[in-house]
Amino acid sequence: MEFRTVLTTCPYCGCGCGLLLEVLDGKLIGTLPSKTSPVNEGKLCVKGWTVHEFVTSPNRLTQPMVRKGERLEKSSWNEALEVAAKRLKEIKEKYGPESIGVLTSAKCTNEENYLLQKFTRAALGTNNVDHCARL
Amino acid sequence: MSEKMRENVRALLAEGKIEGFLGLREENGHVVPHLFCDPKELDHLSFGDWKKAGDARYPLNQLMIRLSMEHPQETFGVLVRGCDERGIKELFKWKQLNEEKIVLLGMGCPDALAKACECEKPFPDCLIDGPKGEKADSQKVARVEAMDLDTRLHFWKAEFDRCIKCFGCRNICPMCFCNECSLEEDQLVETGEIPPANPTFHLARAIHMVGRCIDCGLCEEACPADIPLRTLYKKMTEIISKEFGYKTGFSVDEKSPFNIIEVK
Repeated sequence: MEFRTVLTTCPYCGCGCGLLLEVLDGKLIGTLPSKTSPVNEGKLCVKGWTVHEFVTSPNRLTQPMVRKGERLEKSSWNEALEVAAKRLKEIKEKYGPESIGVLTSAKCTNEENYLLQKFTRAALGTNNVDHCARL
Repeated sequence: MSEKMRENVRALLAEGKIEGFLGLREENGHVVPHLFCDPKELDHLSFGDWKKAGDARYPLNQLMIRLSMEHPQETFGVLVRGCDERGIKELFKWKQLNEEKIVLLGMGCPDALAKACECEKPFPDCLIDGPKGEKADSQKVARVEAMDLDTRLHFWKAEFDRCIKCFGCRNICPMCFCNECSLEEDQLVETGEIPPANPTFHLARAIHMVGRCIDCGLCEEACPADIPLRTLYKKMTEIISKEFGYKTGFSVDEKSPFNIIEVK
């Protein structure tokens, strides 16, 4: 038998609120705001309060998907990356780089976000890059 | 923190009277809820005082409900303050916890905390450790009631207008145990708007706290908009006490105010 909490940082926006994930017998059962976090001082928004819900959601993507006809089908990383690279190249050549836009995420790390904007500007050749925390 | 609490928990664990002790643990400069099953861990036991008295309190009763649902056959010890003990008594009444499967280990709150909370009884009956403090004077409700009716209505509407509907007050509440919540039902309280229906949202919650709110104040501490929720619930508790003679959490045998409404 085990009940413990894991102190971590909210994955949603850039505020970086401290929260506690409640773990009962190895299962994630809930979220509490960290009272001792100097950032949020025991408070959270509705997103922070529910972070534990997406971890075990059946709707969560656990592997790459490729659209084949009308349907999204499970695929390998190699296939997914090849399809993405081929189509992005085709679109860029046919309609120009300004026809492509990239949306990145607050759930990524700073470094991942940096890489994606670099890829967008240097490889795709457009400044059309934005972030969900600005929505 | 004095050794008394540690000694008591250590003895209960050693004698096999409890499977674990739900309390607070200090680790890496933080205070977090924790189930102590191994006596060796007790060196890290905390009373929830971090930078000041009681500033790292958590809804241990709420966690206790989850724990006993998963392990209904086991007996657990739990750290309780005066407010937590009142909560436990109500939770027995509402059949959320089994009286025979819980050992209460009580701590008294320091004066500074009792005063800040304006606490009716800042120590539990099962006091083991800490002071047996005095009832603290209440001014929060009186300050709001000193306003005339129009000013007061304007005051509360302005306070409720800051609500970002995080549901923190409900989520952290150790007395909110319903599986379905009225606050999420569109037919009862209009959903999808921020701020939520004013004042319906907050008054609906206040009414649902009748016979439940034990004035722990965790809701107000969790509110990112600093809405004085505690003042609201203190007033609700005062009405229940005056009109129905019911003091929430003071007795396991006393019937809930919902039972004593008489049609005259």
